[in-house]
Amino acid sequence: PKVNAKFELKPPPYPLNALEPVMSQQTLEFHWGKHHKTYVENLKKQVVGTELDGKTLEEIIVTSYNKGDILPPFNNAAQVWNHDFFWECMKPGGGGEPSGELLELIERDFGSFEKFLAEFKAAAATQFGSGWAWLAYRASKFDAENAENPPSPDEDNKLVVIKSPNAVNPLVWGCYYPLLTIDVWEHAYYLDFQNRRPDYISVFMDKLVSWDAVSSRLEEAKALITST
Amino acid sequence: MHSRGLHVYTLPDLDYDYGALEPAISGEIMQLHHQKHHQTYITNYNKALEQLDAAVAKADSSTVVKLQNAIKFNGGGHINHSIFWKNLAPVREGGGEPPKGSLGWAIDTHFGSFDALIQKVNAEGAALQGSGWVWLGLDKELKRLVVETTANQDPLVTKGPNLVPLLGVDVWEHAYYLQYKNVRPDYLKNIWKVINWKYASEVYEKESS
Repeated sequence: PKVNAKFELKPPPYPLNALEPVMSQQTLEFHWGKHHKTYVENLKKQVVGTELDGKTLEEIIVTSYNKGDILPPFNNAAQVWNHDFFWECMKPGGGGEPSGELLELIERDFGSFEKFLAEFKAAAATQFGSGWAWLAYRASKFDAENAENPPSPDEDNKLVVIKSPNAVNPLVWGCYYPLLTIDVWEHAYYLDFQNRRPDYISVFMDKLVSWDAVSSRLEEAKALITST
Repeated sequence: MHSRGLHVYTLPDLDYDYGALEPAISGEIMQLHHQKHHQTYITNYNKALEQLDAAVAKADSSTVVKLQNAIKFNGGGHINHSIFWKNLAPVREGGGEPPKGSLGWAIDTHFGSFDALIQKVNAEGAALQGSGWVWLGLDKELKRLVVETTANQDPLVTKGPNLVPLLGVDVWEHAYYLQYKNVRPDYLKNIWKVINWKYASEVYEKESS
C-alpha cells in the first residue's frame, strides 16, 4: 500500500537573501513564500480525497496533463515540481562554465558552450507569455503515452533546449530528463528587472546557475536510463 | 519590386497622466506598461511585418508561415493594449461610473446585474493560468454580450470572428505586480474604480446598431 504523498513547501537550499544582489530577497520572499506556497496549498486541497491522493508529484503531473487536455490539479502539481527544481538550479556565486562530462556533451550536441548559451537564452527570451526554458537530456522513457508527437529514437541520447508554456514541464512528454530550467514567468524577475527579461536571463546564466546541480542530474539521468 | 510603403506603427498617447489612475494603478506601473511593454510589442510587430514583407516579395513561404506567431503575439499586444488604455479613466473623469443607457441594460439582461458581471470577470481573470486577458465582448452575430479569456496576447477576435471587444482587462503580471504582487484578485477588485464605461458604451452602441 502506498503512503499518501505529502506535498510540502520545500525551502530553497540557501537563505532567501543568498542570491543578492542578482535575485533580491524580496523576489524570493514573494516567489517562494507566496507563489510557490500557494501552488502547494492549492494542490493539497485539490488532491485530498481524490484518486490522485497517494500518488507522487510526478505521477500526478503526468496523469493530470492528460495528453494536453489538462485536468485541474495539473497547474499546481507542475508548478510545485517546477519551483522545487528551479531553486536547486541556482546557488550563491553560481554561473561560469560547466566541466567534465556535462561540458563534453554540451560541446558535442550544441557545438560549443557559447552556442548552447545563445540557444538557451533565445528560448527563454522568446517564450511567449509565462513559462519555462529547459536544458534536458533526451531519451525516450515510460511508454510515452502522453506524448503529443511520438518521440523518434533517432533523436535520443542527446542534450536539447526546449521551452514550455505556463506550468508545463518536459516530464509530460515522456522523453526528457530535465537538467536545468529558468522561470520566465514575470513574477520571477519583475521586482528586480521589470520588463527587462533578457537582462534577467543573462544574469541568471552568468551568476546564478549551479552547474554542480546540473551535472549531478545528468549523472542521475544516465544511471536511470541504463537501469531500465 | 514592391512599391507600397509599409505602415509603421507607433505608440499611441494616453488620454491621462501616468499617475492619474492612482491609487487603483500606480504611476510606475502605467509608465512601464505603456512606455516599455506596449512599445516593445510595437517594435517587434513592425520588425515582424517588415520581415513578412520581404518574405512575401521573395515568395519565401516557410518564412511567411514562421512569422505568424510573432505577428499574432506582438500585433495582438499592440491591439490589446491600445484598447486597454481607452478602457481606463481617472475617477475625476468618470472612471468607475457604471454604464448607463443601452450597454447598462444589456449587462443587466445578459448577466443579471452589473455586480454579477464584475464577479464573473473577476473569477475568470483570477482563474486564468499564466498570462492573458479577460474580456467583455459583443457577439455581433448573436447580438449578445460575452465574457471570454484569451491567452498571452491573443486578441478577442481569436475566440470568434464576430466578437468585438468592449472592455479588456490585462491580467499579465506586468499589469499589476509592482503594486499587488501575487494578489491578482485585489488588482481585479480595484481596477473597476478606473474603468471607462463611456468608451465601452460608445463601442457597444456603434457596433450593435
